[in-house]
Amino acid sequence: MTFVAKPRARHPLLPLNELNLTRRDYEGAVSTLCAGCGHDSVSAAIVQACAELSLPPHRFAKLSGIGCSSKTPSYFLDKSHGFNSVHGRMPSVATGANLANRALYCIGVSGDGDSASIGLGQFAHIVRRRINMLYIVDNNGTYGLTKGQFSATNDRGSTSKRGVPNLYEPIDLASMALQIGASFVGRSFSGDKRQLAPLIKAGLMHPGMAFLDVISPCVAFNNHNGSTKSFQYVREHSGKLMEADYIPQSAEINADYEPGSAEDLLMPDGSTLRLRKVDANYDVHDRIGALAHVQRCQDEGEVLTGLLYVDPDAADCHDILETVETPLNALTEEDLCPGSRELARLNDSFR
Amino acid sequence: MNVTYNDFVIRFANVNGSGSASANGMFAKALFRMGVPVAARNIFPSNIQGLPTWFEVRVNEQGYLGRREGVDIMVAMNAETYAEDVAALKPGGYLFYDNSKPLAASLRRNDIREIGMPIATLLLTEFTDLKQRALFKNIVYLGALSALLNIEFDVITGMVAKQYKGKDDLIRPNIHALELGRRYALDYLDSPIEHQVRRTDANGEGIFIDGNTAAALGALYGGATVCAWYPITPSTSMAEAFERYANRLRVERKTERRKFAVIQAEDELSAIGMVIGAAWNGARAFTATSGPGVSLMSEFLGLAYFAEIPAVLFDVQRAGPSTGMPTRTQQSDVLGAAYASHGDTRHVLLFPSTPKECFDFAADALDLADRLQTPVIVMSDLDLGMNDSVSEPLAWDDARRYDRGKVLDAAALDGIERFGRYLDVDGDGIGYRTLPGTHPSKGAFFTRGTSRDEFAVYTENPDAYQRNMERLQRKWATAATLVPQAEIQSDGRKAGILYYGTSAAPMQEALDLLREDGVRLDRIRVRGFPFGAEVYEFIDRHAMVFVVDQNRDGQMRTLLSNEGDLNPAKLISLRYYAGLSVSADEIHRQVLDHYRAQKLPRLKEVGA
Ligand SMILES: Cc1ncc(C[n+]2csc(CCOP(=O)(O)OP(=O)(O)O)c2C)c(N)n1
Ligand code: SF4
Ligand SMILES: [Mg+2]
Repeated sequence: MTFVAKPRARHPLLPLNELNLTRRDYEGAVSTLCAGCGHDSVSAAIVQACAELSLPPHRFAKLSGIGCSSKTPSYFLDKSHGFNSVHGRMPSVATGANLANRALYCIGVSGDGDSASIGLGQFAHIVRRRINMLYIVDNNGTYGLTKGQFSATNDRGSTSKRGVPNLYEPIDLASMALQIGASFVGRSFSGDKRQLAPLIKAGLMHPGMAFLDVISPCVAFNNHNGSTKSFQYVREHSGKLMEADYIPQSAEINADYEPGSAEDLLMPDGSTLRLRKVDANYDVHDRIGALAHVQRCQDEGEVLTGLLYVDPDAADCHDILETVETPLNALTEEDLCPGSRELARLNDSFR
Repeated sequence: MNVTYNDFVIRFANVNGSGSASANGMFAKALFRMGVPVAARNIFPSNIQGLPTWFEVRVNEQGYLGRREGVDIMVAMNAETYAEDVAALKPGGYLFYDNSKPLAASLRRNDIREIGMPIATLLLTEFTDLKQRALFKNIVYLGALSALLNIEFDVITGMVAKQYKGKDDLIRPNIHALELGRRYALDYLDSPIEHQVRRTDANGEGIFIDGNTAAALGALYGGATVCAWYPITPSTSMAEAFERYANRLRVERKTERRKFAVIQAEDELSAIGMVIGAAWNGARAFTATSGPGVSLMSEFLGLAYFAEIPAVLFDVQRAGPSTGMPTRTQQSDVLGAAYASHGDTRHVLLFPSTPKECFDFAADALDLADRLQTPVIVMSDLDLGMNDSVSEPLAWDDARRYDRGKVLDAAALDGIERFGRYLDVDGDGIGYRTLPGTHPSKGAFFTRGTSRDEFAVYTENPDAYQRNMERLQRKWATAATLVPQAEIQSDGRKAGILYYGTSAAPMQEALDLLREDGVRLDRIRVRGFPFGAEVYEFIDRHAMVFVVDQNRDGQMRTLLSNEGDLNPAKLISLRYYAGLSVSADEIHRQVLDHYRAQKLPRLKEVGA
């Protein structure tokens, strides 16, 4: 079997990668998300990363749970199989898929509701099992698909960053991943292409569990009681002529800032989000230092972005389980069935 | 003395965690090795140490190995349960107990025979180590029983030698304790008693095995490579056996790497998710669980049904909810498993009755799941899964190939104009699937629930939804032709009896008892769901069909009347659900009760 697609007519301006493919070959179906949704930017960064790495576009397993974020695997890599599973359970399905065929690149996309609430247990356990995959959370601090309920990733009482008045303590998935033993942890912002695409590339190439928390604003629902763009406000103030689910057209929010610096971003609900990029002197191999740094920034009202931690020699689950190199799904009767003579011996052991 | 051979029920009453399990296991195995048919039943608490536990062995040369009411010999080693243990004895039965302390007068029955043996006192002088004293109590009564029941002693000593092979310091004291018991019984007790064992060859080629071990081997032979599970009695031993045997039989010689993966998941949701993910990606995968696990897996089972992913699940059924009687047996999940999940879902079920069938159905389930691209649930239960009984030997045909179902490879895809994952090309309701990574440009699709067309393109179009649901219905009809057929014995009687799973064990005996009362029944053992045509034909042919369920609500009867649109009045429900396996006496009694209550004619009366 060849992994290289047959050459076909190209747009003369699209650059070719090492497989003679253009970025188009890595795209997916047309997105049905809201215009300006951060999740689409994440998909675009995945397309860019895979194309730049010249990975065979059909050799991926794309998995997701349920949510707007979990719809996105349709919107990239349409030469590969995707699986939109059930809410919060992408990690288990990804685990099974990776066990069955270790030779495929595995990308899981989830949401903050999907991973930090209903799926928090599965998130924790896939991290500790070190499944070799890229696990991206499109973190918008809300439940997009069910129209803007609170999610568990908001800071308590925070109105300054994302404007969502949250009464409960936040869950920081990046900190959790660091704590439980992810060998690659990064955080970025959907609109920061310069930072996000390289992180995705690094995550894809990482031989173990790579976790990326990507802040990805929801332009439709902010659920800020005082926000004039909240679902409730739109409904109450839209009058008879406007549909209750009217979503104002928004522009994508972009960011472009230097390592070590901070940038304030205006969020759709009118709040500001302050991102701080790790600087050049940051030690990406110091897990405990990373945890402390993330927490310190959080206390100062900043969200630390960049590659937070990597252990380049990490083992993955197949190393732990000592499975054969051949994908388990390619083993045949000869490999798997001990045969009738062995069964005769087994029968004897039960006599 | 009125001696009977190879026909009794012996029950051991112990405290769990006291080491009795291995001595009791040896007792049963010794009889098996003497060629005598035996079935062992462990009746144990959900507890690790200190609660009452019973081990019952049915010995019967005719091969009646279901449970029988009434105990012939009680080995009463738990003072706490003396009262109920004494009460369980049949008149004329033997009470074997440790008379180092005298039996309370209130426990005495004058219609039974007492065999007192000062076990604790004997051990006091023989062993100084406290732990040994406690453990060898069990070995001493085993030695005594060898004399009382006439069990060949070297069969037992041979087992000890084999069990502790290479550890002489363990063999010696064990043999000594055995001899101590045997000597005492020969010298001071009336040995042998009326119930005796004698060598025969009734077991033929048979093996002595539990259903979970057999099922694990079936999964191994059937090519399962991924096992994801979460511990729950009574299914745990299946996953553990799979891992144990796979570590022996599935390791690549050269590299010593494993050709399988076992993951102990964080819960059952995750376990079934892993199975579905692995199966979606083309590996044969299974999970083993019990009722509470099936509840948790329900959402995923629905997804697998609609997304058409092969998944194999072993439901080793037990009684009640999580806090109920988790260590008692029942056929409690029939309806729950058949219709698990939301939406219009139905799942293929297989009902094994013997360890051999656990092995066969495990391998068959993997084939069926691949062929039908849907979950297949093997409905075992605690009685079958965790207890040893005599079974036909396991068999494997080396010419057998795994049926991987309709999977297109790259070459096949090249020959197709446009791949449609959910097209019913063959008219059997089963589409062709492709595995991730197969072809650079063809065959990739997005797996989701139902909002899709024949080409797996997202749509919420009502017609597309309905077409898909109708195709799934056609697939269901195909499934009815592929699941194992019911086993039928028909002599043209007016009435029949329908049963499944472990209700098969006491059935022959129950029917023989009924025959003596002038009731003759045709019989059908259901082995799969959806029900094949032969099941409905059988019901059609008979004026009345008894349906045996080991659950309170007559779940199989409900399933039958629901699926076959049958007149429920025709299906007479026989139910037993107290947590032990149903006995021949119970079936006998309930059928007779019905005949009496309805004043139905019986052969004797007709003849008279
Ligand atoms: C078992 C179950 N419960 C609830 C839902 C409803 N539901 C769908 S998406 C969603 C939340 C999604 O939030 P998130 O993961 O953050 O994704 P987003 O839409 O914000 O990208 C919920 C609760 C469901 N699909 N399944
Ligand atoms: S609702 Fe929010 S998360 Fe969902 S698509 Fe719209 S912007 Fe994106
Ligand atoms: Mg969200």
